[in-house]
Amino acid sequence: MITIIDYGVGNLFSLKSSFAALGAEVQVTSDPEAILSATKIILPGVGAFEDASNKLHATGLDEVLKKCAEKGTPIMGICLGMQMLFDKSYENGCFNGLGLIKGEVRAIKEVIPADLKIPQIGWNALDIKKESPIFKYIKNGDYVYFVHSYYATNCDESVIATTNYGAPLTAAVQYKNVYGCQFHPEKSGDVGLRILKAFIEA
Amino acid sequence: MITKRIIPCLDVKNGRVVKGVNFKNVNDVSSPVELAKYYSECGADELVFYDISASVEERSLFTDILCETAKSVFIPLTVGGGINTVNDFDRVLKCGADKVSVNSGAIKNPNLVYEAAKLYGNQCVVISADVKRVNGVFKVFAKGGRVETDLEAISWIKRCVDNGAGEVVLNSIDTDGVKKGFDLEMLDAVCNAVSVPVIASGGAGKIEDFIELFKKLPKVDAGLAASIFHFKEVEIKKLKEELRKNNIEVRL
Repeated sequence: MITIIDYGVGNLFSLKSSFAALGAEVQVTSDPEAILSATKIILPGVGAFEDASNKLHATGLDEVLKKCAEKGTPIMGICLGMQMLFDKSYENGCFNGLGLIKGEVRAIKEVIPADLKIPQIGWNALDIKKESPIFKYIKNGDYVYFVHSYYATNCDESVIATTNYGAPLTAAVQYKNVYGCQFHPEKSGDVGLRILKAFIEA
Repeated sequence: MITKRIIPCLDVKNGRVVKGVNFKNVNDVSSPVELAKYYSECGADELVFYDISASVEERSLFTDILCETAKSVFIPLTVGGGINTVNDFDRVLKCGADKVSVNSGAIKNPNLVYEAAKLYGNQCVVISADVKRVNGVFKVFAKGGRVETDLEAISWIKRCVDNGAGEVVLNSIDTDGVKKGFDLEMLDAVCNAVSVPVIASGGAGKIEDFIELFKKLPKVDAGLAASIFHFKEVEIKKLKEELRKNNIEVRL
Protein backbone atom coordinates (compact mmCIF):
# COMPACT_ATOMS: atom_id res chain seq x y z
CA MET A 1 0.00 0.00 0.00
CA ILE A 2 1.32 3.40 -1.05
CA THR A 3 0.20 6.34 1.07
CA ILE A 4 0.09 9.67 -0.77
CA ILE A 5 0.01 12.64 1.58
CA ASP A 6 -2.85 15.01 0.80
CA TYR A 7 -2.06 18.44 2.19
CA GLY A 8 -3.81 20.51 -0.44
CA VAL A 9 -0.78 21.00 -2.66
CA GLY A 10 -0.78 19.89 -6.28
CA ASN A 11 -2.58 17.53 -8.55
CA LEU A 12 -2.53 13.92 -7.39
CA PHE A 13 -4.27 12.40 -10.42
CA SER A 14 -1.12 11.24 -12.24
CA LEU A 15 0.55 9.89 -9.11
CA LYS A 16 -2.50 7.82 -8.27
CA SER A 17 -2.72 6.57 -11.87
CA SER A 18 0.98 5.70 -11.97
CA PHE A 19 0.81 3.50 -8.89
CA ALA A 20 -2.45 1.98 -10.12
CA ALA A 21 -0.74 1.12 -13.42
CA LEU A 22 2.02 -0.59 -11.42
CA GLY A 23 -0.59 -2.63 -9.62
CA ALA A 24 -0.01 -0.98 -6.24
CA GLU A 25 -2.81 -0.14 -3.86
CA VAL A 26 -2.97 3.57 -3.11
CA GLN A 27 -4.52 5.66 -0.37
CA VAL A 28 -4.61 9.44 -0.49
CA THR A 29 -4.91 10.82 3.00
CA SER A 30 -4.19 13.56 5.49
CA ASP A 31 -5.09 11.37 8.49
CA PRO A 32 -2.12 11.26 10.92
CA GLU A 33 -2.98 7.74 12.13
CA ALA A 34 -3.10 6.37 8.60
CA ILE A 35 0.22 8.06 7.80
CA LEU A 36 1.89 6.76 10.96
CA SER A 37 0.93 3.21 10.09
CA ALA A 38 1.86 3.59 6.39
CA THR A 39 4.46 1.30 4.87
CA LYS A 40 5.43 3.61 1.97
CA ILE A 41 4.85 7.34 1.85
CA ILE A 42 4.78 9.77 -1.09
CA LEU A 43 5.04 13.49 -0.33
CA PRO A 44 3.90 15.32 -3.48
CA GLY A 45 3.88 19.05 -4.12
CA VAL A 46 3.54 21.72 -6.77
CA GLY A 47 3.60 25.45 -6.11
CA ALA A 48 5.38 27.70 -3.64
CA PHE A 49 7.51 26.47 -0.73
CA GLU A 50 6.08 28.89 1.84
CA ASP A 51 2.49 27.84 1.19
CA ALA A 52 3.36 24.12 1.28
CA SER A 53 5.45 24.51 4.42
CA ASN A 54 2.62 26.39 6.15
CA LYS A 55 0.12 23.71 5.17
CA LEU A 56 2.28 20.87 6.50
CA HIS A 57 2.78 22.77 9.75
CA ALA A 58 -0.86 23.84 10.15
CA THR A 59 -2.05 20.25 9.77
CA GLY A 60 0.62 18.88 12.11
CA LEU A 61 1.74 16.58 9.32
CA ASP A 62 5.30 17.90 9.63
CA GLU A 63 5.71 16.18 13.00
CA VAL A 64 3.95 13.05 11.73
CA LEU A 65 6.35 12.79 8.78
CA LYS A 66 9.36 13.29 11.05
CA LYS A 67 8.17 10.36 13.19
CA CYS A 68 7.68 8.20 10.10
CA ALA A 69 11.19 9.02 8.85
CA GLU A 70 12.66 8.22 12.25
CA LYS A 71 11.07 4.81 12.47
CA GLY A 72 12.36 3.89 9.03
CA THR A 73 9.27 4.16 6.78
CA PRO A 74 10.41 4.73 3.18
CA ILE A 75 9.35 8.26 2.16
CA MET A 76 9.66 9.78 -1.30
CA GLY A 77 9.26 13.52 -1.85
CA ILE A 78 8.50 14.62 -5.40
CA CYS A 79 9.29 18.06 -6.88
CA LEU A 80 8.26 20.57 -4.21
CA GLY A 81 7.71 17.55 -1.96
CA MET A 82 11.41 16.77 -2.34
CA GLN A 83 12.35 20.34 -1.50
CA MET A 84 10.24 20.09 1.67
CA LEU A 85 12.57 17.33 2.95
CA PHE A 86 15.46 19.80 3.42
CA ASP A 87 16.29 22.13 6.31
CA LYS A 88 15.18 25.33 4.62
CA SER A 89 14.34 27.10 1.38
CA TYR A 90 15.20 30.58 0.15
CA GLU A 91 12.19 30.81 -2.17
CA ASN A 92 10.79 34.33 -1.62
CA GLY A 93 12.32 34.58 1.85
CA CYS A 94 13.65 31.91 4.16
CA PHE A 95 11.34 29.12 5.34
CA ASN A 96 11.90 25.94 7.27
CA GLY A 97 11.42 22.54 5.70
CA LEU A 98 11.14 19.19 7.43
CA GLY A 99 14.87 18.87 8.04
CA LEU A 100 14.91 15.18 7.14
CA ILE A 101 17.85 15.72 4.78
CA LYS A 102 20.70 18.18 5.37
CA GLY A 103 20.76 20.97 2.83
CA GLU A 104 18.84 23.94 1.51
CA VAL A 105 16.80 25.01 -1.49
CA ARG A 106 17.92 27.93 -3.65
CA ALA A 107 16.98 29.57 -6.97
CA ILE A 108 18.50 27.92 -10.03
CA LYS A 109 19.08 31.38 -11.51
CA GLU A 110 21.95 31.79 -9.01
CA VAL A 111 23.95 29.04 -10.70
CA ILE A 112 22.86 28.73 -14.34
CA PRO A 113 23.88 30.95 -17.29
CA ALA A 114 21.60 33.94 -17.82
CA ASP A 115 20.50 32.85 -21.30
CA LEU A 116 18.80 29.67 -20.04
CA LYS A 117 15.08 29.78 -19.40
CA ILE A 118 13.54 29.58 -15.95
CA PRO A 119 11.78 27.38 -14.94
CA GLN A 120 13.60 24.44 -16.43
CA ILE A 121 10.70 22.74 -18.22
CA GLY A 122 11.23 19.51 -20.12
CA TRP A 123 13.15 16.27 -20.38
CA ASN A 124 16.71 16.13 -19.13
CA ALA A 125 19.16 13.29 -18.52
CA LEU A 126 20.00 11.84 -15.12
CA ASP A 127 23.65 11.75 -14.19
CA ILE A 128 23.67 9.05 -11.55
CA LYS A 129 26.19 9.76 -8.79
CA LYS A 130 25.50 6.95 -6.34
CA GLU A 131 23.69 3.67 -6.45
CA SER A 132 20.28 3.75 -4.86
CA PRO A 133 17.43 1.26 -4.52
CA ILE A 134 15.20 3.62 -6.55
CA PHE A 135 17.58 3.37 -9.53
CA LYS A 136 17.35 -0.42 -9.61
CA TYR A 137 15.49 -0.47 -12.95
CA ILE A 138 17.01 2.54 -14.74
CA LYS A 139 20.40 3.44 -16.19
CA ASN A 140 22.68 6.44 -16.24
CA GLY A 141 21.60 8.97 -18.89
CA ASP A 142 17.92 8.08 -18.82
CA TYR A 143 15.64 11.06 -19.38
CA VAL A 144 13.09 12.37 -16.88
CA TYR A 145 10.68 15.33 -16.90
CA PHE A 146 11.47 18.46 -14.88
CA VAL A 147 9.48 21.59 -14.04
CA HIS A 148 11.29 23.72 -11.46
CA SER A 149 12.85 27.08 -10.65
CA TYR A 150 14.57 26.06 -7.39
CA TYR A 151 17.01 23.26 -6.56
CA ALA A 152 18.56 21.60 -3.52
CA THR A 153 22.14 22.50 -2.66
CA ASN A 154 24.72 21.99 0.11
CA CYS A 155 23.47 18.43 0.27
CA ASP A 156 26.45 16.57 -1.27
CA GLU A 157 26.13 13.61 1.09
CA SER A 158 22.62 12.76 -0.06
CA VAL A 159 22.81 13.54 -3.82
CA ILE A 160 22.30 10.37 -5.84
CA ALA A 161 21.74 12.02 -9.25
CA THR A 162 22.21 15.41 -10.87
CA THR A 163 21.05 16.85 -14.17
CA ASN A 164 22.91 19.33 -16.36
CA TYR A 165 21.05 22.59 -17.00
CA GLY A 166 24.01 24.89 -17.60
CA ALA A 167 25.20 23.65 -14.20
CA PRO A 168 24.80 20.34 -12.39
CA LEU A 169 21.53 20.57 -10.47
CA THR A 170 20.38 18.12 -7.79
CA ALA A 171 17.94 15.72 -9.47
CA ALA A 172 17.51 13.02 -6.82
CA VAL A 173 18.56 12.51 -3.20
CA GLN A 174 18.57 9.75 -0.62
CA TYR A 175 19.36 9.77 3.07
CA LYS A 176 18.69 6.38 4.64
CA ASN A 177 14.97 5.66 4.10
CA VAL A 178 14.15 9.17 2.80
CA TYR A 179 14.21 9.72 -0.98
CA GLY A 180 13.55 12.74 -3.14
CA CYS A 181 13.09 13.40 -6.87
CA GLN A 182 13.19 16.95 -8.21
CA PHE A 183 11.68 15.64 -11.46
CA HIS A 184 8.22 14.12 -11.87
CA PRO A 185 8.52 10.32 -12.10
CA GLU A 186 4.76 10.16 -12.71
CA LYS A 187 5.29 12.22 -15.90
CA SER A 188 8.55 10.62 -17.03
CA GLY A 189 7.17 7.78 -19.11
CA ASP A 190 8.54 4.26 -18.60
CA VAL A 191 11.67 5.49 -16.84
CA GLY A 192 9.54 7.26 -14.26
CA LEU A 193 7.33 4.23 -13.74
CA ARG A 194 10.41 2.09 -13.20
CA ILE A 195 11.62 4.49 -10.49
CA LEU A 196 8.24 4.27 -8.76
CA LYS A 197 8.27 0.47 -9.10
CA ALA A 198 11.69 0.37 -7.43
CA PHE A 199 10.38 2.59 -4.63
CA ILE A 200 7.45 0.22 -4.09
CA GLU A 201 10.00 -2.54 -3.62
CA ALA A 202 12.44 -0.45 -1.54
CA MET B 1 21.14 19.38 -21.35
CA ILE B 2 17.43 19.77 -21.67
CA THR B 3 16.07 18.22 -24.86
CA LYS B 4 13.97 19.69 -27.64
CA ARG B 5 10.43 18.39 -27.37
CA ILE B 6 8.28 16.82 -30.09
CA ILE B 7 4.57 17.20 -29.43
CA PRO B 8 1.70 15.61 -31.37
CA CYS B 9 -1.64 17.38 -31.10
CA LEU B 10 -4.88 15.37 -31.02
CA ASP B 11 -8.09 17.10 -32.04
CA VAL B 12 -10.90 15.48 -30.12
CA LYS B 13 -14.56 15.84 -31.07
CA ASN B 14 -17.43 13.94 -29.46
CA GLY B 15 -14.88 11.84 -27.62
CA ARG B 16 -13.13 10.73 -30.82
CA VAL B 17 -9.95 11.86 -32.53
CA VAL B 18 -10.62 13.74 -35.74
CA LYS B 19 -8.24 13.01 -38.62
CA GLY B 20 -7.14 9.68 -37.19
CA VAL B 21 -5.75 7.40 -39.86
CA ASN B 22 -4.26 3.99 -40.29
CA PHE B 23 -1.74 3.11 -37.61
CA LYS B 24 0.01 -0.16 -37.22
CA ASN B 25 -0.62 -1.68 -33.79
CA VAL B 26 -3.52 0.66 -33.11
CA ASN B 27 -6.86 -1.05 -33.48
CA ASP B 28 -9.01 2.02 -33.11
CA VAL B 29 -7.28 5.10 -34.49
CA SER B 30 -10.04 7.44 -33.50
CA SER B 31 -9.84 6.40 -29.86
CA PRO B 32 -7.92 9.12 -28.01
CA VAL B 33 -6.87 6.55 -25.43
CA GLU B 34 -5.34 4.20 -28.00
CA LEU B 35 -3.71 6.95 -30.04
CA ALA B 36 -2.27 8.69 -26.98
CA LYS B 37 -0.74 5.40 -25.83
CA TYR B 38 0.70 4.84 -29.29
CA TYR B 39 2.33 8.29 -29.35
CA SER B 40 3.57 7.92 -25.82
CA GLU B 41 5.23 4.60 -26.71
CA CYS B 42 6.83 5.85 -29.91
CA GLY B 43 8.65 8.68 -28.18
CA ALA B 44 6.39 11.74 -28.09
CA ASP B 45 7.61 14.03 -25.31
CA GLU B 46 4.24 15.48 -24.52
CA LEU B 47 0.69 15.37 -25.83
CA VAL B 48 -1.76 18.12 -26.57
CA PHE B 49 -5.48 17.35 -26.45
CA TYR B 50 -7.61 19.85 -28.21
CA ASP B 51 -11.34 19.82 -27.49
CA ILE B 52 -13.13 20.94 -30.64
CA SER B 53 -16.59 20.01 -29.37
CA ALA B 54 -19.08 22.71 -28.62
CA SER B 55 -22.04 21.77 -26.46
CA VAL B 56 -22.03 21.15 -22.73
CA GLU B 57 -22.76 17.42 -23.09
CA GLU B 58 -19.85 17.05 -25.45
CA ARG B 59 -17.70 18.82 -22.90
CA SER B 60 -18.46 16.24 -20.22
CA LEU B 61 -17.84 13.50 -22.76
CA PHE B 62 -14.49 15.13 -23.44
CA THR B 63 -13.54 15.18 -19.78
CA ASP B 64 -14.52 11.50 -19.45
CA ILE B 65 -12.26 10.55 -22.32
CA LEU B 66 -9.53 12.85 -21.01
CA CYS B 67 -9.63 11.07 -17.63
CA GLU B 68 -9.44 7.70 -19.28
CA THR B 69 -6.47 8.75 -21.41
CA ALA B 70 -4.62 10.46 -18.57
CA LYS B 71 -4.89 7.30 -16.49
CA SER B 72 -2.76 5.34 -18.94
CA VAL B 73 -0.37 7.95 -20.38
CA PHE B 74 2.54 9.01 -18.21
CA ILE B 75 3.96 11.93 -20.14
CA PRO B 76 2.86 15.56 -19.77
CA LEU B 77 -0.58 16.28 -21.11
CA THR B 78 -1.74 19.74 -22.20
CA VAL B 79 -5.42 20.35 -22.74
CA GLY B 80 -6.96 23.17 -24.74
CA GLY B 81 -10.17 24.18 -26.47
CA GLY B 82 -13.06 26.01 -24.87
CA ILE B 83 -11.08 27.16 -21.83
CA ASN B 84 -12.85 30.37 -20.80
CA THR B 85 -12.85 30.42 -17.01
CA VAL B 86 -10.83 29.15 -14.06
CA ASN B 87 -13.60 26.58 -13.62
CA ASP B 88 -12.61 25.17 -16.99
CA PHE B 89 -9.03 24.93 -15.70
CA ASP B 90 -10.28 23.11 -12.62
CA ARG B 91 -12.39 20.73 -14.69
CA VAL B 92 -9.55 19.52 -16.94
CA LEU B 93 -6.86 19.53 -14.24
CA LYS B 94 -9.00 17.19 -12.15
CA CYS B 95 -9.14 14.86 -15.15
CA GLY B 96 -5.37 14.57 -15.31
CA ALA B 97 -4.23 17.50 -17.46
CA ASP B 98 -0.85 18.92 -16.43
CA LYS B 99 -1.10 22.15 -18.36
CA VAL B 100 -4.03 24.07 -19.77
CA SER B 101 -3.85 25.97 -23.01
CA VAL B 102 -5.88 29.15 -23.45
CA ASN B 103 -6.52 31.07 -26.63
CA SER B 104 -9.85 32.82 -27.32
CA GLY B 105 -10.66 32.64 -23.60
CA ALA B 106 -7.69 34.87 -22.80
CA ILE B 107 -8.70 37.32 -25.52
CA LYS B 108 -12.25 37.57 -24.14
CA ASN B 109 -11.15 37.72 -20.52
CA PRO B 110 -7.78 39.44 -20.10
CA ASN B 111 -7.64 38.43 -16.41
CA LEU B 112 -7.94 34.70 -17.09
CA VAL B 113 -4.20 34.06 -17.44
CA TYR B 114 -3.42 36.02 -14.28
CA GLU B 115 -6.13 34.33 -12.21
CA ALA B 116 -5.25 30.84 -13.41
CA ALA B 117 -1.52 31.37 -12.82
CA LYS B 118 -2.22 32.54 -9.26
CA LEU B 119 -4.33 29.47 -8.57
CA TYR B 120 -2.40 26.75 -10.36
CA GLY B 121 1.09 28.18 -10.97
CA ASN B 122 2.68 29.63 -14.09
CA GLN B 123 3.88 26.21 -15.24
CA CYS B 124 0.26 25.19 -15.70
CA VAL B 125 -0.82 28.04 -17.97
CA VAL B 126 -0.01 27.87 -21.68
CA ILE B 127 -0.92 30.77 -23.93
CA SER B 128 -1.74 29.56 -27.41
CA ALA B 129 -1.83 32.23 -30.07
CA ASP B 130 -3.05 31.99 -33.67
CA VAL B 131 -1.16 34.70 -35.51
CA LYS B 132 -1.30 36.00 -39.06
CA ARG B 133 0.33 38.89 -40.89
CA VAL B 134 -2.09 41.68 -41.76
CA ASN B 135 -0.52 44.55 -43.73
CA GLY B 136 2.88 43.57 -42.37
CA VAL B 137 1.73 43.45 -38.75
CA PHE B 138 1.49 40.25 -36.68
CA LYS B 139 -2.14 40.12 -35.58
CA VAL B 140 -3.85 37.75 -33.12
CA PHE B 141 -6.84 35.83 -34.47
CA ALA B 142 -9.59 34.36 -32.30
CA LYS B 143 -12.03 31.46 -32.64
CA GLY B 144 -9.67 28.96 -34.20
CA GLY B 145 -8.07 31.52 -36.48
CA ARG B 146 -11.33 32.73 -38.03
CA VAL B 147 -11.77 36.16 -36.46
CA GLU B 148 -9.23 38.97 -36.58
CA THR B 149 -8.76 40.91 -33.34
CA ASP B 150 -7.26 44.33 -32.68
CA LEU B 151 -4.34 42.76 -30.88
CA GLU B 152 -0.77 43.06 -32.11
CA ALA B 153 0.62 39.59 -31.47
CA ILE B 154 4.06 40.13 -29.98
CA SER B 155 2.97 42.68 -27.38
CA TRP B 156 -0.10 40.60 -26.55
CA ILE B 157 1.92 37.41 -26.04
CA LYS B 158 4.40 39.36 -23.90
CA ARG B 159 1.54 40.70 -21.79
CA CYS B 160 0.19 37.18 -21.25
CA VAL B 161 3.63 36.01 -20.13
CA ASP B 162 3.94 39.00 -17.79
CA ASN B 163 0.55 37.98 -16.37
CA GLY B 164 1.82 34.49 -15.63
CA ALA B 165 1.67 32.30 -18.73
CA GLY B 166 4.51 29.79 -18.38
CA GLU B 167 4.70 28.66 -21.99
CA VAL B 168 3.75 29.95 -25.43
CA VAL B 169 2.40 27.94 -28.35
CA LEU B 170 2.78 30.04 -31.47
CA ASN B 171 0.65 28.87 -34.35
CA SER B 172 1.34 30.76 -37.56
CA ILE B 173 -1.80 30.88 -39.66
CA ASP B 174 0.39 32.00 -42.58
CA THR B 175 2.37 28.74 -42.65
CA ASP B 176 -0.27 26.40 -41.17
CA GLY B 177 -1.15 23.62 -43.59
CA VAL B 178 1.36 24.80 -46.20
CA LYS B 179 3.93 22.17 -45.12
CA LYS B 180 6.91 24.23 -46.24
CA GLY B 181 8.42 24.76 -42.83
CA PHE B 182 7.76 26.65 -39.61
CA ASP B 183 7.35 30.43 -39.58
CA LEU B 184 10.88 31.25 -38.47
CA GLU B 185 10.47 35.02 -38.71
CA MET B 186 7.40 35.05 -36.49
CA LEU B 187 8.92 32.58 -34.03
CA ASP B 188 12.10 34.61 -33.78
CA ALA B 189 10.10 37.72 -32.93
CA VAL B 190 8.29 35.87 -30.12
CA CYS B 191 11.46 34.23 -28.77
CA ASN B 192 13.10 37.64 -28.53
CA ALA B 193 10.14 39.06 -26.62
CA VAL B 194 9.63 36.41 -23.92
CA SER B 195 11.83 34.28 -21.67
CA VAL B 196 9.48 31.30 -21.21
CA PRO B 197 9.50 28.19 -23.42
CA VAL B 198 8.17 28.71 -26.96
CA ILE B 199 6.51 25.87 -28.88
CA ALA B 200 6.45 26.18 -32.65
CA SER B 201 3.29 25.17 -34.48
CA GLY B 202 2.14 25.42 -38.08
CA GLY B 203 4.00 24.57 -41.25
CA ALA B 204 5.93 21.37 -40.58
CA GLY B 205 5.80 19.02 -43.57
CA LYS B 206 8.93 16.92 -43.22
CA ILE B 207 11.80 16.02 -40.90
CA GLU B 208 14.07 18.73 -42.36
CA ASP B 209 11.61 21.39 -41.24
CA PHE B 210 12.21 20.44 -37.60
CA ILE B 211 15.99 20.35 -38.12
CA GLU B 212 15.87 23.82 -39.66
CA LEU B 213 13.66 25.06 -36.81
CA PHE B 214 15.99 23.99 -34.02
CA LYS B 215 19.21 24.85 -35.91
CA LYS B 216 18.16 28.35 -36.93
CA LEU B 217 16.24 29.18 -33.76
CA PRO B 218 17.97 27.46 -30.83
CA LYS B 219 15.67 29.37 -28.47
CA VAL B 220 12.62 27.41 -29.64
CA ASP B 221 11.92 24.60 -27.16
CA ALA B 222 9.51 22.34 -28.98
CA GLY B 223 7.83 21.55 -32.27
CA LEU B 224 4.13 20.72 -32.40
CA ALA B 225 2.25 19.15 -35.28
CA ALA B 226 -0.91 17.17 -35.93
CA SER B 227 -1.69 15.68 -39.33
CA ILE B 228 1.89 14.92 -40.42
CA PHE B 229 2.18 12.68 -37.37
CA HIS B 230 -1.33 11.25 -37.73
CA PHE B 231 -0.80 10.48 -41.42
CA LYS B 232 2.70 9.16 -40.71
CA GLU B 233 4.32 11.56 -43.13
CA VAL B 234 6.75 12.04 -40.26
CA GLU B 235 7.35 9.28 -37.72
CA ILE B 236 8.37 10.56 -34.34
CA LYS B 237 11.08 8.00 -33.66
CA LYS B 238 12.71 8.59 -37.04
CA LEU B 239 12.38 12.36 -36.60
CA LYS B 240 14.17 12.20 -33.26
CA GLU B 241 16.94 10.00 -34.64
CA GLU B 242 17.53 12.53 -37.42
CA LEU B 243 17.53 15.41 -34.96
CA ARG B 244 20.13 13.62 -32.86
CA LYS B 245 22.30 13.02 -35.96
CA ASN B 246 22.20 16.78 -36.44
CA ASN B 247 23.45 17.34 -32.88
CA ILE B 248 20.08 18.45 -31.59
CA GLU B 249 19.51 16.92 -28.17
CA VAL B 250 16.40 14.77 -27.97
CA ARG B 251 15.09 12.02 -25.70
CA LEU B 252 15.43 8.67 -27.44
